[in-house]
Amino acid sequence: MTPILLSPGDIAIAASLLVLDGAISVLLRLDLHRQLAIAGLRLVVQLVLVGYLLRAVFALASPWVTLGVVCCMVAIAGREVAARPEQRLGRLGNYAVGAGAVAVATLLTVVLALTTAIRPHPWFDPHYAIPLVGIVLGSVLNGGSLALDSMLGGVVRERAAIEAQLTLGVPFRQAIRGLVRASVRRALLPIVNQMSAAGIITLPGIMTGQILAGMDPLEAAKYQILLIFLLSGGAALAAVAVVTLAAARLTDDRQRLRLDRLTAKRGPRTH
Amino acid sequence: MTADRLRAAGLRSKLAGPFDLTLARGACLSVTGPSGAGKSLLLRMLADLDPSEGEFWLDGQARHDIPAPQWRRRVVYCPAESGWWDEHVAAHFPGPTLAAARALAQHVGLADGLLDGPVLRLSTGERQRLALIRALVLDPPVLLLDEPTGALDQDSTALVEAVLRDRLTAGTAIVMVTHSAEQANRLAQQHFRMAARPLAPA
Repeated sequence: MTPILLSPGDIAIAASLLVLDGAISVLLRLDLHRQLAIAGLRLVVQLVLVGYLLRAVFALASPWVTLGVVCCMVAIAGREVAARPEQRLGRLGNYAVGAGAVAVATLLTVVLALTTAIRPHPWFDPHYAIPLVGIVLGSVLNGGSLALDSMLGGVVRERAAIEAQLTLGVPFRQAIRGLVRASVRRALLPIVNQMSAAGIITLPGIMTGQILAGMDPLEAAKYQILLIFLLSGGAALAAVAVVTLAAARLTDDRQRLRLDRLTAKRGPRTH
Repeated sequence: MTADRLRAAGLRSKLAGPFDLTLARGACLSVTGPSGAGKSLLLRMLADLDPSEGEFWLDGQARHDIPAPQWRRRVVYCPAESGWWDEHVAAHFPGPTLAAARALAQHVGLADGLLDGPVLRLSTGERQRLALIRALVLDPPVLLLDEPTGALDQDSTALVEAVLRDRLTAGTAIVMVTHSAEQANRLAQQHFRMAARPLAPA
């Protein structure tokens, strides 16, 4: 079975549903039609551009171009992880922690998948490497940002409890153990939800896509299972990397709690 | 030569100091002064909880020759507002220290069951005494106390002071921030009054 290819006309028919959204907005005075139009346009432009970009990158099949694209994706995800928390580590610490954790977690997960389960030739084939990095990044971004937000918020909230332990001679690592545990735990809850809900509440995106593209449902399910396992690994690695890197920046050579290196975000973020 | 129990020279941070002080075994130094003068900052620096310049020694050993957790285990700081890291009081007294804590709790007028209950049910005064007991069971050579009886009535204050006096007799050195001149006179032989910034003899 070959995939059914879509013509511009098919897309136009689907776009009529967006027009329906706009009509509802006007009728109910939701004042959303402008935003709907802009968002719809952005969706089309962004995805078509990505399609052309990927087509070009796939055609080049150069490991360096692939690496460049992957690095850009990692840098953007790292920035997102850094931007989430209310608290900021000094000297661009959030960015260092975010980018470092995202890079480590994504690289380990994707390289594991490409060298064992999926095994394309060559292993860095952009057809496989780039989509895989993309989907793993989503999970890494989620896990990393939840862990960092929980860690930086918690360390301010629990300052008295952490310092109480330090004053009694407890090493820093042990004094923040509870916070580390809570942060990693929080980062892992979404992936647990995703795994238990998969197939019952929603048909996961990859599986849906593969079935639409003509793959046998059982084969598609196997792919989906592999990918969700990768996502769980990515989220856990990102969370552990984030809390480790953040903890190192919250203390010093005398194992103090250095909250002076944290500042609260000034006002709401402007886009 | 018998080394001083606690000595500090040129101790300062961006916010407070410089401070110089010397305490012999069994000596008590009271630190008084207006709010915001840096009394708590001095105690935090002595516990090596805040970054500082200058040097300090415990029984002749410089701080950098002692790993930080060990330093803080021996120069124990009790802040005015205590922190608790578990919901159960007993969890704050690991292993054999729980038995010692029970005995001390009686001495400072705390009801028997408090140690087996949750932290949330403690009053401010009970917390303050239990936080002091948490430090006392470690039997540290130096205690840094920030208003140790600030939340206590007269009777409880007298009981706590009696326990502290026992420790002083046993050789513990105490640096105590207090707002009460009477308390300073009852316990301390050395007095520092902190003005705007530097520590000066009263």
